[in-house]
Amino acid sequence: MCLAIPAEVTELLPGSMGRVRIDGIVKVVSLALVDGVEVGDYVLLHVGFALSRIDPQEAAETLALLREMGELAELEPEEFLG
Amino acid sequence: MKFASEFRDGSLARRIATTIAAECQPSRGYSFMEFCGGHTHTIARYGLETMLPEAIRLIHGPGCPVCVLPVGRIDSGIELARDHGVILCTYGDMMRVPGSPRMSLLKAKAAGGDIRMVWSTLDALKIARDNPSREVVFFAIGFETTTPPTAMALKMAKAEGLTNFSIFCNHVLTPSAMRAVLQGGSLPLEGVIGPGHVSAVIGIDPYREFSDRGMPVVVAGFEPLDLLQAILMLVRQVNEGRPRVENAYVRALPAIGNEKAQQAIAETMTLRDSFEWRGLGTLPDSALRLADDYAKFDAERRFALPYRTIPDPKSCACAEVVRGIKRPEECPLFGRSCTPDNPIGSCMVSSEGGCAAHWLYGRHRMSNEGRKAVA
Ligand code: SF4
Repeated sequence: MCLAIPAEVTELLPGSMGRVRIDGIVKVVSLALVDGVEVGDYVLLHVGFALSRIDPQEAAETLALLREMGELAELEPEEFLG
Repeated sequence: MKFASEFRDGSLARRIATTIAAECQPSRGYSFMEFCGGHTHTIARYGLETMLPEAIRLIHGPGCPVCVLPVGRIDSGIELARDHGVILCTYGDMMRVPGSPRMSLLKAKAAGGDIRMVWSTLDALKIARDNPSREVVFFAIGFETTTPPTAMALKMAKAEGLTNFSIFCNHVLTPSAMRAVLQGGSLPLEGVIGPGHVSAVIGIDPYREFSDRGMPVVVAGFEPLDLLQAILMLVRQVNEGRPRVENAYVRALPAIGNEKAQQAIAETMTLRDSFEWRGLGTLPDSALRLADDYAKFDAERRFALPYRTIPDPKSCACAEVVRGIKRPEECPLFGRSCTPDNPIGSCMVSSEGGCAAHWLYGRHRMSNEGRKAVA
């Protein structure tokens, strides 16, 4: 219910609306709550409204951080076995 | 799906879980509450509990809007459709929630009520435009994530001068529910996983009151790696003994949340003095009603809906499940008379409900005695 999903903006429409693609499905949604959305942006979509813009830079940094968190385990196997 | 599938990498998940195990100290406890039912769903779906070390206990919280809505509110919705002849629009999750004995919106619909499932408040507005001679009511539920779409629908209805549209407002506030659960003090909790999509609206500051009182909070996204990241961050906070609020979902949420959404809510809604929650009792300042400027869009005032407290079904343990003091399998009805096909309590309806998540993904089969003993 509180779930929101990433959706790619494919077209801007009048009245702060936009067409988005979610896993191949196309929907017309409201972009009124997020300023400056452009075609190609990914937004966090919840019940027909974009709630935020997904930041690709931050996503990449988080993935790098996650890999780092995973690498710690590989480097020090004895520590976690005990 | 971009920005989702990258965060589902199973081998990376196992490696992060190994890091978590390595950082858990034997002398400490790591019981964390995942506040949000969406997180409960992810944990169950990807079997995260089986990956994590025994030291980590995850406790399901009250963050499932369908689960915390008391029976009396469902009954009011049914009454709207049945006795006032309105077109009642609502989100799909609501349809099968049990109201008073043997009733639900779905059954009221089968009995002739004009009840329609919508994907968005935008659809409810369209139904109102298309049916000018009928009263159209949107049965609004949800935490802060779901509130802006209701607020925007109100603003649009007002701007358009729609006269046959109103809202039955049941929006509730995350920090209030969190406060109620933490104040109870009956749970041995060392940290809280905050709901990322609520923070996409309200930001992360509202949780400072909890970290100021010593409770670590990490706000997380909804993919399995997001949750493992948050759990590792909580473990580190516990180890350091330095409780704070951290954002583990930076790709989708600025720390301040969405100011436009906050403004839309502030313009159209105001705090209720009190609101009854299933499982948490009646809590002050914990829910929203329509602002007086929007009184004519308020279904409760328009149809003079009375509110009645109605007890939960006998032996349903939803109240305890919502507060995290019982696991679903500890309810005597779980999987026996209560299943997703025939739900007795609301926790078995939406897949975000603790009971439904446990049932659907067999989380109950994985839990061991040690983890059970959270109560
Ligand atoms: S199993 Fe059913 S009856 Fe028992 S607590 Fe869960 S929803 Fe309520």
